[in-house]
Amino acid sequence: MPVFDLSHTPLRALNGALHGLSTGANDTEFEVVNPRGHHAVAVGIDSPVTVEVRGSVGYYCAGMNDGGTVTVHGSAGPGVAENMMSGTVVIEGDASQYAGATGRGGLLVIKGNAASRCGISMKGIDIVVHGSIGHMSAFMGQSGHLIVCGDAGDALGDSLYEAKLFVRGSVKSLGADCIEKEMRPEHLEKLAELLDKAGVTHAKPEEFKRYGSARKLYNFNIDNADAY
Amino acid sequence: MCGIVGLFLKDPSLEPQLGALLSDMLITMTDRGPDSAGIAIYGGAASGKAKVTIQSAKPEVDFDGLAEALTQAGIPASLTVKSTHAVIDCDADKLGAVRETLASLRPDVRIMGSGESVEIYKETGLPKDVVARFDVRAMSGTHGIGHTRMATESAVTTLGAHPFSTGADQCLVHNGSLSNHNNLRRELVREGMRFETQNDSEVAAAYLTAEMAKGKDLGEALTGALDDLDGFFTFVVGTKSGFGVVRDPIACKPAVMAETDRYVAFGSEYRALVNLPGIEEARVWEPEPATVYFWDHEKAA
Repeated sequence: MPVFDLSHTPLRALNGALHGLSTGANDTEFEVVNPRGHHAVAVGIDSPVTVEVRGSVGYYCAGMNDGGTVTVHGSAGPGVAENMMSGTVVIEGDASQYAGATGRGGLLVIKGNAASRCGISMKGIDIVVHGSIGHMSAFMGQSGHLIVCGDAGDALGDSLYEAKLFVRGSVKSLGADCIEKEMRPEHLEKLAELLDKAGVTHAKPEEFKRYGSARKLYNFNIDNADAY
Repeated sequence: MCGIVGLFLKDPSLEPQLGALLSDMLITMTDRGPDSAGIAIYGGAASGKAKVTIQSAKPEVDFDGLAEALTQAGIPASLTVKSTHAVIDCDADKLGAVRETLASLRPDVRIMGSGESVEIYKETGLPKDVVARFDVRAMSGTHGIGHTRMATESAVTTLGAHPFSTGADQCLVHNGSLSNHNNLRRELVREGMRFETQNDSEVAAAYLTAEMAKGKDLGEALTGALDDLDGFFTFVVGTKSGFGVVRDPIACKPAVMAETDRYVAFGSEYRALVNLPGIEEARVWEPEPATVYFWDHEKAA
């Protein structure tokens, strides 16, 4: 099991080793110690490796992850799992702003709280937050699921497309064109599946409310299709 | 970008290390802004005495014989020179007179800050060079703030560097940019505030000074800033005994705080905090948008 101590090993050595794995490699369990808030830890993974990060990380940890399983045993700075394609990223602590931004697939689990803009412009990623999220989360979310076991801040789901949002606690305010929607059986089923995958044991699907797009904004009107 | 740091000590046994701890925090933030760097340290206040930190582009000329000249002008003073900066020690009741007398004795000298306990050192260049130039590591104190700048709203000059001090023992560092600073500057000038630069952050500092002069405490002045300042900001502010943090409601400028029984620390990023003693056990959190945080040595007692 390769161990990278970032207190004396350059970050490029870690990321280079992660990118250099050939298909079918066996030694795919990586450990990172002393991350000390480093930026870009374990970005660009494109194979089914596991990475255990022992400590807190800075900007863009596990960005663009495609198939890896990254666990941060600490907190994460801005842009964790940004543009994830597939795989799983778990943050044992809190996450800073724009966690999971523009993510296209995979599962991001935040066991603490997430700050503002969680899931901004999400495009297929599933995000499960055990705690609460900050303002402007899921702004312009296009697809995927954002599940929040705690509360959501101001302007949740502003200018939303087809991302599905589930919040168990209070929502401070809904953004433009975001409304509460009926919870149907298929939503409860999806919630149960994702809560289970994310290791949430303290919340039941029926305790959540669903939010989505009212599809009333300018861009949803076909007469405006050629306006630009 | 810009990088900002702050450290407010609760445990007096850490005070001899304040300069060294704050220097390391600031140097870690170098890649957030390489244009200029500055640090304000609060410490060594003596009853009835005051300190004035001055700066000159020609220190060998301006600082030569200055203490004697001030004494002859009726202001008994001593001078401690550190590179381009010097600290004048004088009686507290001479603080106003020092400013006036300096303007005639040494018209090219700029006042970086003054008060009972604050010393401010700032220059263009990298944090490691600025810290070494002023021997900041050797400084002790109760609290301090630092800034490394990526310039946006005004020129890269010594005076455009942070911290900005616009009132006795007050100073501010800023990450962000204000959009209503010109209007606000005009209003503050009408109220009698004086400005050294065209910098937006100086306006924020002067705003807080003006509000506190009207009787607000630091926390109340920071709350007012949320209504009256438009733009992006994370501020860290120092007063003689206090230390405050506020972020604008959008809160896109990063901020991390840590608190233990021994200190409260602020960094633009967690990286800035990793060498602090006991950080592993600290409560670490991201300050909420539009929420005022402040600590005060006098009020905590």
